[in-house]
Amino acid sequence: MSTAVLFDNVSRHFGAVRAVDGVNLEIAEGEFFAMLGPSGSGKTTCLRLMAGFEQPSGGHIEIFGETAEGVPPYRRSVNTVFQDYALFPHLSILDNVAYGLMVKGVGREERRKAAEDALAMVKLPNYGSRRPGQLSGGQRQRVALARALVNKPKVLLLDEPLGALDLKLREQMQEELKSLQKSLGITFVFVTHDQGEALSMADRIAVFNDGRIQQLGSPEEVYKQPKTRFVADFVGSSNVLPAKLCQKLGVRSAYASLRPEAIALSAPSEGALSLSGTVAAHSFLGAVNRVVVDVDGARIAVASPAALAVPTIGSPVTISFAANELHPMEDA
Amino acid sequence: MRSERNRSPLGLKIAAAAGLAFMHVPILLIFLYAFTTEEKSYQFPPPGLTTQWFAVAWNRPDVWAALTLSVKVASIATAIALVLGTLCAAAVSQTRLFGRETISLLVILPIALPGIITGIALRSAFSMAEIPFSFWTIVLGHATFCIVVVYNNAVARFRRISGSLIEASMDLGADGFQTFRYIILPNIGTALLAGGMLAFALSFDEVIVTTFTAGQQSTLPIWMLEELIRPRQRPVTNVVAMIVVLVTFLPILGAYYLTRDGDQIAGAGK
Repeated sequence: MSTAVLFDNVSRHFGAVRAVDGVNLEIAEGEFFAMLGPSGSGKTTCLRLMAGFEQPSGGHIEIFGETAEGVPPYRRSVNTVFQDYALFPHLSILDNVAYGLMVKGVGREERRKAAEDALAMVKLPNYGSRRPGQLSGGQRQRVALARALVNKPKVLLLDEPLGALDLKLREQMQEELKSLQKSLGITFVFVTHDQGEALSMADRIAVFNDGRIQQLGSPEEVYKQPKTRFVADFVGSSNVLPAKLCQKLGVRSAYASLRPEAIALSAPSEGALSLSGTVAAHSFLGAVNRVVVDVDGARIAVASPAALAVPTIGSPVTISFAANELHPMEDA
Repeated sequence: MRSERNRSPLGLKIAAAAGLAFMHVPILLIFLYAFTTEEKSYQFPPPGLTTQWFAVAWNRPDVWAALTLSVKVASIATAIALVLGTLCAAAVSQTRLFGRETISLLVILPIALPGIITGIALRSAFSMAEIPFSFWTIVLGHATFCIVVVYNNAVARFRRISGSLIEASMDLGADGFQTFRYIILPNIGTALLAGGMLAFALSFDEVIVTTFTAGQQSTLPIWMLEELIRPRQRPVTNVVAMIVVLVTFLPILGAYYLTRDGDQIAGAGK
């Protein structure tokens, strides 16, 4: 499989601000790739570098083997779904979707048919004559998707496309986007700050912080084996065990991560590790109870099934977990 | 109950009527004296009514010369203002260029300055550059304040075009020219029309800057001013004034309805 997007030590500096700082990426053709991070982490700037709205301060970008530096957005086989959808308010939905074909000089009949097909694909047939102002947020999002896909891009860039939708609609769109990507086989690059969204949709995730990639891997790897304290915290809220506890448990590295749901509030079975402490706080989260245990001053969160009884605050408890759930981390 | 509460007090009604009368009765008087039989002074009530002044005005070549000059000056000044004002508004609102706020202020300044200052400044500048006063110096003088009007209208509309619309257009394959034609122009079109109309109207009745920048030519307002001093055929001035009111009222009404629709279009989807 060939490489869709290649970033070789790419930087983008705005004055003293290093928005993107030495990023290396290789996105495979047909991949659903997520760039995850808090706001200001550089993920959106990376997307804009791919779209051509920004030019790199250093490094090299290739899109399907062709150098991308200096190529304006309108000469790239890449299309974007914008965060605010950016539908043209003065054009009908059909003209919005047909816009890309219109500026390329495709005939009226042909582009009308292609736009209608694209609208049918995003489940909005017969909406062509309306104006963007007459559509709901979810419908506008679908139009934005159709408007990008009608151009048959090699890479589709999505900038927090689900950010403005409510939870239910968001979950529905996640599934639709995923199946659309599967059936079209187009490379999707997706920017989000929602780790749940990235984990459930992406084939691979790049976790960004301070303009750098902290970790790049499959959702499972990123979730279960966070490389840094930042990733542990941002993706799935893993516990980070400090050096003192690591030493006690016989881990070599200074820090280790431990997911809340891998811990049980019970005495250890054969071969399991255990720590003892006191219950500091607990809260009910629906399917689980979140119990915070104080172990020698370190606060460790435990996700305990809701069916089990919750110990009272201040009572001593033993927590146990399998040794292979403890993942050493590169740094703090 | 409801209708009584909504009924405004008598005093307020009288005040409103008085205010409207104060603004509009003088204009009606101008219309009235276009029909008077007394040609030397404006006595009230007019001694008699006649339509002969329409024929007199039609046959006076100086009326036609002044009218043609004014229309020409206003058209060319408006055309210059439309191009420069739009470009200026685009630069100030869509880019982050150095000294943006200062440039914005400097562009608006000519309309804030008294016309007499603009006039004197232009006159001495033309003299120093040894440019003879002509039709073109009037046009240049008028363009200074016409640009402001177009700029103000365009910049307000430009600010409402989200930057991502332009990026979306480029992303979909449109180059700069196509983006301007298909996305920017439709969104600012009505604002430009309104700005252009206003600029035309401002230029059409401008006296002060014209006095300083004109050579031997007299535009319509200057011709009117000269006519009022002459004690003969005064109602001809009123006839011309009446026609000017009628001719300018229709496009302004049109511009009003156009921009009202335009607001709805531009406001949709945001």
